Amino acid sequence: MELVLPQIDWAPFAPLIPVALGGLTTLVTDLYLPPGRKYLIAILSLMAIAASILLSICSWGLVLDPDLGTVRYGIHDAVVLDRFSLFFYLVLGLVSMLTILLSMGYLDAAAADQGEYYSLVLFSTLGMMLMAAGGDLIVIFLGLETFSLALYTLAGFWKADLRSNESALKYLLLGAFASAFFLYGIALIYGATGTTMLRQIAAFLADGHPPAPLFMIGGGLLLVGFGFKIASVPFHMWAPDVYEGAPTSVTAFMIAGTKAAAFAAFLRVFLLALPALHVQWSVAIWVLAVLTMTVGNLVALVQSNIKRMLAYSSIAHAGYLLVALVAGGSSGVASILFYLVAYALMNLGAFAVIIALQGREQERLLLTDYAGLGWQRPVLAACMAVFMFSLAGIPPTAGFMGKLYIFSAALEGHYLGLAVIGVLNSVVSVYFYLRVIVIMYMSEAASPRPLVPTSVSVAAVLAVVMSVLGTLHLGLFPAGLLDLARQSIAAVAG
Amino acid sequence: MSQMSGPILSMLIAIPMCGALLLACIDGARDALIKRLALAVSGLDLLLSMSVYVYFDAAQAGMQFVERASWIPSIGSSYLLGVDGISMPLLLLTTFLTPIAILASFSGVASRVKAYMICMLLLLSGMIGVFVALDLVLFYVFWEGMLIPMYFLIGVWGGPRRIYATLKFVLFTMAGSVLMLLAMIALAFLHQGSTGRLTFDLLELIGGPIPYETQLWLFAAFGLAFAIKVPMFPFHTWLPDAHVEAPTAGSVLLAGVLLKMGTYGFLRFALPLFPEAAVAFTPLISVLAVIGILYGALVAMVQDDLKRLVAYSSVSHLGFVMLGIFAMNLQAVEGSILQMVNHGLSTGALFLLIGMIYERRHTRIIEEFGGLSRTLPRFALCFLVVTMSSIGLPGLNGFVGEFLILTGTFRVHKAFAVIATLGVILAAVYMLWMWQRVMWGTSRRAENLTLNDIGCREMAILVPIILLILWIGLNPNPLLRRMDASVIHLLEGMRSATSEVQIPPSPPFVKGGWGDLVRSTN
Repeated sequence: MELVLPQIDWAPFAPLIPVALGGLTTLVTDLYLPPGRKYLIAILSLMAIAASILLSICSWGLVLDPDLGTVRYGIHDAVVLDRFSLFFYLVLGLVSMLTILLSMGYLDAAAADQGEYYSLVLFSTLGMMLMAAGGDLIVIFLGLETFSLALYTLAGFWKADLRSNESALKYLLLGAFASAFFLYGIALIYGATGTTMLRQIAAFLADGHPPAPLFMIGGGLLLVGFGFKIASVPFHMWAPDVYEGAPTSVTAFMIAGTKAAAFAAFLRVFLLALPALHVQWSVAIWVLAVLTMTVGNLVALVQSNIKRMLAYSSIAHAGYLLVALVAGGSSGVASILFYLVAYALMNLGAFAVIIALQGREQERLLLTDYAGLGWQRPVLAACMAVFMFSLAGIPPTAGFMGKLYIFSAALEGHYLGLAVIGVLNSVVSVYFYLRVIVIMYMSEAASPRPLVPTSVSVAAVLAVVMSVLGTLHLGLFPAGLLDLARQSIAAVAG
Repeated sequence: MSQMSGPILSMLIAIPMCGALLLACIDGARDALIKRLALAVSGLDLLLSMSVYVYFDAAQAGMQFVERASWIPSIGSSYLLGVDGISMPLLLLTTFLTPIAILASFSGVASRVKAYMICMLLLLSGMIGVFVALDLVLFYVFWEGMLIPMYFLIGVWGGPRRIYATLKFVLFTMAGSVLMLLAMIALAFLHQGSTGRLTFDLLELIGGPIPYETQLWLFAAFGLAFAIKVPMFPFHTWLPDAHVEAPTAGSVLLAGVLLKMGTYGFLRFALPLFPEAAVAFTPLISVLAVIGILYGALVAMVQDDLKRLVAYSSVSHLGFVMLGIFAMNLQAVEGSILQMVNHGLSTGALFLLIGMIYERRHTRIIEEFGGLSRTLPRFALCFLVVTMSSIGLPGLNGFVGEFLILTGTFRVHKAFAVIATLGVILAAVYMLWMWQRVMWGTSRRAENLTLNDIGCREMAILVPIILLILWIGLNPNPLLRRMDASVIHLLEGMRSATSEVQIPPSPPFVKGGWGDLVRSTN
């Protein structure tokens, strides 16, 4: 028997390669570096991410010309190169870069081994990118497992900390559960259509085959799998504990990165492969969106730990994103892309502030630890205030523009009720985001702990500055990113 | 078109922002420098805004000093600014009151001066933006963005219950605004459906055909946001808390400018965009306005805290403004706009005076005072003029506004006008009674006998306001004539969109002095 090798177009893989190589190199380099110079590993990882971002930007031109085809495929349908993938490559590159920056001082302070940390971050990024670009359900699953496995390990990175261990174990068990749902969904869809490639599934349905019950169940299971990954209510139970227990830098990475990757695959699967099920899903997702926003915001109201508060807030934000998914259409999808960038910036920024303030002492995790901070560290506190205003959706910040697009997409799709529930939710959320500011600026420092840390991580401050500039820029001049988002969705939303 | 060249409105917005940036770079310990710089920046804005008044073309009904630039083309939103006869007085009020408020903070604010002045300047930018933005999204950005500095002003430099007050202020405003945001988006899509163009340009949206039922919903959403801001009864409960807890300058700007954003919103957006719905809502809003007038006055009467008293009197005065707006004729609407300015001046001055006495006695409880007119003669004189202005004594500004509102309203809703007149009487009761208890009689505390009278800086704060109070009271024409064209344009536009019967025509328009205008109403 002759083995036929598929023809491989390497272009779709280009932005993935530096990340993979970076992951391997950091692992090896770690062995040869003396303890004092471990920061070089972080620099190396940053270079890998920068290379990937550059390649993504260069690839943009490859899919620009409609005559040459705006989509290219690597190894059959495994990896798709279109502007949608590239957009997510860039978003994930940004997330990963900010994560590495805010991890540097954080790991230093804890004197943790660094080589495997950065390697795991890079592999996790690789998995997320693969998931965002997957054109085949199996590849999407592969990406999902790759980043999940890396994140299970990262969540338990504080080996001596019980809560970190709990976080890792919980994430592993529930993550495995979600993976099983997802895989079973793929199996049923394969059973119904005979393929796992998104294009062929779409063609099969377009051929006039009515969706069989088997297929419907498969689609439903996929929905559950995605629901777990984006932490949508009622599949969110793992999220607060995992986010609270994991090292803070990992929490930031999970909150921003996982959501972007999962939504990328969610959009591609549901809009490209399964448009036949649109009616059934939009009802299901409508319910999920309302539950997710409402539960996330209401529970966040009563949190006293800032990580836990941001965890519930991230659940609520998944709800806003689901609103845009229900709305659909090119506006809905573009608003998801825009919002994911805004969301990544404001969350990573807020976590970067938490880390930058930590210095060489204990983490400041209780809201009351921030009392009086506005006057002791005015610049960092002002940045935190910007992130909170942005999360609350108050202009002129990225969060406001993101919500504006989402709710205008909802109205364009005639989902008035959903939009009203959404904006009322965002009023509720104002209360707990502003509470952080109240504590920082309006209450006196109660704890005897010295508030000014001995040293501030320069890298984390850099991450804060990048995020705050991005948040304000998108709030004042959103047109550029919105146009980019609109260009990126042609392949999936028509 | 305007005779001035250059983006004057953008400069008005940008100057305080740049000033705030500049202040941010200065060492926070140099209080004196920071205060003077903030005053200079706001003063510069005032001077620049004077040129808007000078070069304003009173004969032109439409927008002047228009600036347009591309902003977010994909959703049809652009950077669009302009002023007309409705927004110009409010713009000037804003730039006039802010330097005064900053000057008044020189002594009252002792801590964190740098952050305080930055907030004041950002607030100034935001307030100007609200009055000149003509794109709905841009307006919303200013409308909500302006909450941030005010939130800090009340929350950081306020009284003991400041956190409760500031959160209540923000949450009330937000709750109303988000629905307005949805209504704005819905309006743009409706417009797109009928014309094929997605735009948030107010001037394009006005006059678009909107089904009556839809108009009612959209008007309700806009109206709720504005009614909370005004605040109309029964949405007023945030106001006394915010006023009592806010620092003096915060109260001045809150009462002087922020409340006007609600009434301005009705005139600029809710009425012209949804004329039929506005007519349909007139009975409800007029009733609420009248209830507000009486309720505010009665509650003000029983307050023992000076600031709370003035806060409730604001509810009453703004009720007059709302009544005038929804009378929908020339006298009443012009009276309302003038009354917005008047209320900004007189209530602003009252808060300043209360702030001055508070700095001396550290209390605002009426019972604590008495006999102050003997120890503080200059203070008493200023207080007297301002009190009379607030009551509406002829010859002072308050009279002109209230008179125009009541005559205008009388033409269309006789009963409302008659009942509202009771509010004028009640205003005299609570203000004069307050004056009597604070200024006359014997002092109930020994401290009151040794107070220093107001000095040069404090006179410099009060005299400009008092001069304006007199000027508007004696010669309101320069302001009123600048409103005419725009207000007539607004009312004509509404009349052509609704049937003739619904909005009674204005009396024949008389060009001439204030006396002519009064005669024409008889």
